Amino acid sequence: MIKFFLMINKQGQTRLSKYYEHVDIHKRTTLEADVIRNCLSRSKDECSFVEYKDFMLVYRQYAALVIVIGVDDDENELAVFELIHNFIEVLDKYFNRVVSCKCDF
Amino acid sequence: MSDVVEKTLTALPSLLSLDSQPGAGKLSITSKLGSLIKNITELTSKHEESKLIKKELSTIKEQISSPHTTLRQMKEIMVRMIYCEMLGYDTSFGYIHAIKLAQQGSLLEKRVGYLAVSLFLNENHELLLLLVNTVLKDLQSTNLVEVCMALTIASQIFPKDMIPAVLPLVEEKLQHSKEIIRRKAVLALYKFYLIAPNQVQHIHDKFRKALCDRDPGVMISSLQIYQQMIKDCPDGYKDLTGSFVAILKQVVGGKLPVDFNYHSVPAPWLQIQLLRILALLGKDDQSASELMYDVLDESLRRAEINHNITYAILFECVKTVYTIHPKSDLLQKAAKCIGKFVLSHKINLKYLGLKALTYVVQQDPNLALQHQMTIIQCLDHPDPIIKRETLELLYRITNGQNVTVIVEKMLAFLWQSKDEYTTIDLVGKVAELAEKYAPDNEWFVKTMNTVFSLGGDVMQPDIPNNFLRLLAEGFENEIEDKQLRLFAVESYLSLLDKENCNFPQRFLQVISWVLGEYSYLKTDTHPEIVAERLQKLLDQSTISQETKSWIMAAITKLASDSVCSSTVTEIAEKHSVCLDTVQRQHAFEMKALLDDRELMKQILPKDASCEDIEVDISLSFLDEFVANALDRGAAPYKPPHQRQQELSQAKALNFEPYGLSLPISASSYSIAGRQSPTGLSLSSGLSGNSAEMTQKKGSNSLKLEGVKKVWGKEGYLPQSETAQEVNHPSASCPDVEATTMEKLVENASVQSDLLPVALNVKDQEKQQLASSLFVGIGSHDTLSLMGKSENNAQRFRKRSKLKEYSKETERLSRDEFSLQSPPQNLLDNANFSESSENLNGLGTLFTSKFSKKADSTTLDCDKMSKQEMLTVPTKGSSLLFTSDDMVVVKPSHSPAEISFLPSSNQYFSLPAELSQQAHSEVVQLAYNDFLSLSACKIYQKDCLLLVVFITSYSSTPITHIELCFPQSKLKVFNSAAHHFHSLEAKSTVNCQSCLLMEEPCAQLDLVGNLTYHLESEEISELEFSLTLTLLDFVRPLIISTDDYGKLWLSFANDVKQNLNLLSNAKDPLTATLNVLKDNLCLHIVDIIGKESIIACQLLPSIPCLMHCRVHSGMLAVWLRSPSPDFIDCLLYHCQRILQEK
Repeated sequence: MIKFFLMINKQGQTRLSKYYEHVDIHKRTTLEADVIRNCLSRSKDECSFVEYKDFMLVYRQYAALVIVIGVDDDENELAVFELIHNFIEVLDKYFNRVVSCKCDF
Repeated sequence: MSDVVEKTLTALPSLLSLDSQPGAGKLSITSKLGSLIKNITELTSKHEESKLIKKELSTIKEQISSPHTTLRQMKEIMVRMIYCEMLGYDTSFGYIHAIKLAQQGSLLEKRVGYLAVSLFLNENHELLLLLVNTVLKDLQSTNLVEVCMALTIASQIFPKDMIPAVLPLVEEKLQHSKEIIRRKAVLALYKFYLIAPNQVQHIHDKFRKALCDRDPGVMISSLQIYQQMIKDCPDGYKDLTGSFVAILKQVVGGKLPVDFNYHSVPAPWLQIQLLRILALLGKDDQSASELMYDVLDESLRRAEINHNITYAILFECVKTVYTIHPKSDLLQKAAKCIGKFVLSHKINLKYLGLKALTYVVQQDPNLALQHQMTIIQCLDHPDPIIKRETLELLYRITNGQNVTVIVEKMLAFLWQSKDEYTTIDLVGKVAELAEKYAPDNEWFVKTMNTVFSLGGDVMQPDIPNNFLRLLAEGFENEIEDKQLRLFAVESYLSLLDKENCNFPQRFLQVISWVLGEYSYLKTDTHPEIVAERLQKLLDQSTISQETKSWIMAAITKLASDSVCSSTVTEIAEKHSVCLDTVQRQHAFEMKALLDDRELMKQILPKDASCEDIEVDISLSFLDEFVANALDRGAAPYKPPHQRQQELSQAKALNFEPYGLSLPISASSYSIAGRQSPTGLSLSSGLSGNSAEMTQKKGSNSLKLEGVKKVWGKEGYLPQSETAQEVNHPSASCPDVEATTMEKLVENASVQSDLLPVALNVKDQEKQQLASSLFVGIGSHDTLSLMGKSENNAQRFRKRSKLKEYSKETERLSRDEFSLQSPPQNLLDNANFSESSENLNGLGTLFTSKFSKKADSTTLDCDKMSKQEMLTVPTKGSSLLFTSDDMVVVKPSHSPAEISFLPSSNQYFSLPAELSQQAHSEVVQLAYNDFLSLSACKIYQKDCLLLVVFITSYSSTPITHIELCFPQSKLKVFNSAAHHFHSLEAKSTVNCQSCLLMEEPCAQLDLVGNLTYHLESEEISELEFSLTLTLLDFVRPLIISTDDYGKLWLSFANDVKQNLNLLSNAKDPLTATLNVLKDNLCLHIVDIIGKESIIACQLLPSIPCLMHCRVHSGMLAVWLRSPSPDFIDCLLYHCQRILQEK
């Protein structure tokens, strides 16, 4: 099950967030900060999945934009990893080169 | 996961339909949102950002409340608000406007309104109720887009209570001609299922229709519901296995439209979901699994394209293959797949491989052996997530041989890890492994020390508790126990020696308990020195209050061991002026105990932490005090709920005389969980009782009095309470975990030479590590090894002392019971048939004997049941009770209810053997034009037998009659459901069920229904209900006065209450008691002067003892029972009956 979906830029700012379970607005900020720290600190040759508290973060980077999906324990990480790409492809088709210019101001 | 894909996909067309050309949603820098985003991005600090947004929000606030703002502007404001909220700034002031926008706006504005609502609010938000009407309106709209939006919001957030309002409309949409509407309706129903599964129960067959929908999108959405439902109850959907297999076959075979392809793989997320559903269905089910083998094989074969998504499918496939009933060639293929993953150079695949390996290693430990070198490499991998997964894998293959190496690796990881969750998890695992497989004492204590210092105060509290329990309970070997304890003491003393060490509080508590309890084992160290160490600890500022209590308790224990030591006195002196009350109390207790050495020895015995402390929770040593107070006219204790009720009643003017405190109407009677009025106390000198008891034996006076005296003398010692607290680390019960682990390693054997020789290993060290890690894993024949698992049997057996203890007492009390009340044996189910046969015979005897008297149809029922009782005693013992000890089997709380109808006149004829037993009148429960239902209660000794008569009025046979009454509060024997194939015209059948109350309650309604087929093949239903009272389940308890005295002591719950006395009778006490006896089915054990003792029981075996005495015109009753609820209910009936008289 997917818990949340985040788009963050390299500076650590949230560009888009969507929660599929209710999270208190004040907790969101700390959660996002943690997630950003966890994901941005990792190098390219490390695994695209990070453990965070009791769930997994699956992230994928496109230029200066990082997309992070938080999933629970019994999710297939690789499938979610590909889902991110699918999402980007859809955006790309619809908005015409969205990755490089629009989300990533 | 794929529900999100689904949502994304379903959202797209509606987006497209809203915006005429693609790309219209593009942000322009000139828009307000665009400039806001641009401004924020340009800022460098969080502080500046918050300043900017606060400014933005204040403008928004102003605009939003202005009456001149158009809906179009409002839409634009909403978008900016969403953005601010997303960045973590509260915009709750505008939520109501979002709802308004959704209500009033035109299409695009409405859409933004709905979007804002779904992002702002959560399921429990109160404003959500305002949205319900809008959703209802939009669902009925002729505009498809509006319907879509309403369905979307319903599938995102919807108040649970309002589901019934929209459900019919959403259901209707399942038949809609547009597939997008059908799809969204299915998703909305999925949401409803998640939040309120009961409300969508009736549309399960419509889900099946959705599964077979011609549009694949609708089918895919219905899978969401099925996956959830199958997860909740796999057995209900086994018949769909074939369908799911067929769907997967089509998907794998590329039968779906090309639109569903992702990088030329057909609908990968759908495949993954189907594989998961199959795993759920095939688990532990061979026949269902057999249906899947082909398609799984196909999936494994098809996924040859070298792309991440095919690997994701493969991973799921492997998991499914290992979850369902095994098939060897599939397992082989899956194992090969795992190998490919593990050996891959891509790190994500390696991770997935490890995860799969962890999943399957329980079934196939050989697989871990094959990949041991890779696992070793992963253990040193720079990426912590890989390391973590490897440790998880190692944890599952741990056995007696490799435990030291594995635990060492885990601890090494723990030292580096900073993450709290990882620490908690790993620390728990290390502790578990150490307890199970520790090779020797030294290692165990050292490992646990590391666990305590690393785990600190975040670890699960049961870890230190379990450790202390292991130490205290010991194992089979006395000498080894001592060694372990001694070693622990030594290691803790040396730890405390170090200066400036900061240990976590939990660790210090463990240390102080062990030192207090076992430092006597270390003969070469004077207790004085230990006490000094502890004193030093006590003076540290970082120690918490709780830990200080532990330390004080330890010092007290040390003091009891040694001759008066100056350190202890000093500590006691110093802390008796401490500001903290708890500590001060400890200090005073310590002082008091130091003055009374004898007492100290008694309360703090050496090495007795496992001895059970006798606790008299009923505080019976205070009985005398209470009785005296009552004699002086004090008000009896009332449970809190009773007081509350009285308070609420007291508000109205009361013209009734005072006395009864419980309301008479049964409906208003509520049984709140009554707390026992007693706290905890300890009585250390229990041995004195038996002497006095025996002394009292044979005397004519009531046992009760003897009891009071026994308990009155022992002093109440608050100190021992702390001692007990320390002595009994709470015993949580990790048995379940333990057994699963046991299973895990069961397959592992102890054969290190099994390691494959042909390993091209370069690194000698690694191989060494490997051999130490994988020793004892893998086998050629797992089955034959089941017996061998004893070789590495758990060293530290986890025992749940508490459990055993309670079992023991349970057994004891049962034994006691069977001794004390011989008739109980007869109530045994096993004996039942025999005894009823016997009854039958006796019954006939009885009828002939009484038929002369019984010339009229109605008999004096009271007499009847009494006489009947005489004949009831069964098997061998002809007459158990003498006439003055006569027992009424059944209450006649309203005498008219019991009648003894001669079978000739009776329309409903009871079976012969039953008609001889006490029973109630036959009452009609329900009827219609075709059928009538009547019932009769038979008050049997071991249960309430309910005979239900089904009578047909119809001129044609009625078929497929099914009677069922599922009850939560009743235990139903025989069966709660009866089935008759057909019922002839104008005839009657009966069905019997034995009932018992699960939990005592004053009265309850038995509700059930009868379904049947008439000629027309239609299923019809007839509902009925029958009121059962507590008294239907109460039977006399025949015991002697001596046994009564013993039982009285063993019950924890007691209640005292004054009841009305029938004062106009000649002998008020006997008259009142007789009324109670006849109506309540009590057994009067003894009457002495103005006092009496009475016993009864609630079937099957909850006894209740009553002690009554006449006191100033009232009957002061004192009830005791193991069940507080039973007392409450019984009291209620007593009051009701006496008031009616």
